[in-house]
Amino acid sequence: MTERGEIRAEALMKRFGAFVAVADISFTVSPGEVVGFLGPNGAGKSTTLRMVTGVFPPTSGRCTISGHDVVRDAIAARTALGYLPERTALYTDMTVERYLRFVGEMKRIAAAALAGAVGAAMDATAVAHMAQRPIGTLSKGYRQRVGIAQALLGDPDVLILDEPTSGLDPEQAAEIRTLVRGLADARRTVLLSSHVLPEVESICSRVIILAQGRVVAVDAPARLEQRLRPHREVAVRAVGDAGALLALLRAVPGVLSVTGGPEPDGVLRYVVGFAHRTDIRREIAAAVVGGGMGLLALEPVVMTLEEIFLTLIGRPDGGEG
Amino acid sequence: MRPILSVARRELSTYFGSPIAYVLLAVYLVLSGYFFYSDVAFFVTFGAQYLPTALWRYVFLDFRLVTLLVLPLVTMRLFAEERKLGTIELLWTLPVRDFQLVLGKFLAAWAFFVVLVALAVVPFAVLYVFHPFALGPPAAAVLGLVLLGTAFIACGLAASTLTENQVVAGMVTYGVLVFFWFMTWNEAVGSEQWIRVLLLLSLFDHYLPFATGTIALVDVAYFAFFIGFFLYAALRSLQSRTWRGVV
Repeated sequence: MTERGEIRAEALMKRFGAFVAVADISFTVSPGEVVGFLGPNGAGKSTTLRMVTGVFPPTSGRCTISGHDVVRDAIAARTALGYLPERTALYTDMTVERYLRFVGEMKRIAAAALAGAVGAAMDATAVAHMAQRPIGTLSKGYRQRVGIAQALLGDPDVLILDEPTSGLDPEQAAEIRTLVRGLADARRTVLLSSHVLPEVESICSRVIILAQGRVVAVDAPARLEQRLRPHREVAVRAVGDAGALLALLRAVPGVLSVTGGPEPDGVLRYVVGFAHRTDIRREIAAAVVGGGMGLLALEPVVMTLEEIFLTLIGRPDGGEG
Repeated sequence: MRPILSVARRELSTYFGSPIAYVLLAVYLVLSGYFFYSDVAFFVTFGAQYLPTALWRYVFLDFRLVTLLVLPLVTMRLFAEERKLGTIELLWTLPVRDFQLVLGKFLAAWAFFVVLVALAVVPFAVLYVFHPFALGPPAAAVLGLVLLGTAFIACGLAASTLTENQVVAGMVTYGVLVFFWFMTWNEAVGSEQWIRVLLLLSLFDHYLPFATGTIALVDVAYFAFFIGFFLYAALRSLQSRTWRGVV
């Protein structure tokens, strides 16, 4: 059963002559989800997005947007879609408002509703005060906002944003991230392709990771971490005798591993591993303090999305989520 | 229909929002006006009698040159610019069909050309005021010119789908059109049968009867086929992204 706002890719394969750009891509993005789409250059991200957005059809497999096949029912699928291409697709000679009116007409927004829809898209992206400015005179950040405004026209169920912060300075990128975060709501599905992993980590609830034309993982970053690491870890920072501390930590029931030693500043830092489903942090703290050591910190050791990503793409057989 | 008109309107606003349209308009009108004047002067100086063969023929053969010079410059940007800007990828994800994009662009260039022709025939009206003449032959010639120009536009449109470089698109158009012009100039090019085939294909041999005031169904059909062929080629070229993967 397909729901409005759902993106469903089934065994997408794309071949250009003898070259297989995408081998077997399957994933589902549920209505209202914000999902990151990651992969190194050449992984097949752009090809996949172009198949999903209907730029070209897959060689085999199928994709639906809100239940509409992007090839056989292309017009309905595209009506449900708002797309920001990686190369911001703007007519630099047009004013912001005229450009948005043009895209609105192409999206078949009724003439009577067009002015309202354009106004709403400009308000949502904070470009209304630039309405009469030629796009060619705008900064990169504003151009990107206009690109997002056109994607929002027609109030699509699904938004696909390809590298929305690419080429922006840090301040502009932060503004666009805030904007994108605000676009995700319960009824709008967002698929966000990005190279900036902290950006994906801060916006997306799940990630789809591609490598060598295949999906190598689909899951929440925290769940991917669980899968990639044999056990949970905390870092203990303390002052005292290194050997005594090591012995104390190893003696705590449930501890599976202890690694580390003195840091350059003299503080001892040991990473203690224990099973995922257990929580022995309290016991560890009690053991350190009870052993007469000076406990400075007890902090979780988490894999960043970047570490997860690098682990997965270095191991394309890492299994599908 | 609405997407076709939206695309056409956007194209025309781009033409007229920049110096392109005005420069091309000026060049077309100055050259066509000069040719009209010089051909009338020639007609009067040598005391010719029969307008269709002694005046209209020369005027419209000269207009053919001006049209050949200007129209590839009008069409070269149509899709090449979309590719260069990256807007073609957006257009392909909007709820619009490829043929609507092709027809919208075609309509815009055609409307611009019709404006050129409408202004270029103003001297005819001036001449008519001083010296009334039969309107049929020049009207047939104008129809021929419009068909010829429409064929140029279809060819130029197809060329502009091939590349993101406007100069390349323009040169390909000139190359194809000039070939269709010169292909029958030298009978030594092949056997008699071969020349007969080339005559059937020659763009300008089908234009010549119009220039002397004759409308023949075969010539109209030829232009319709030429225009249809290149519009279809443009459509297929756009759809080649399916197997080329180039956006």
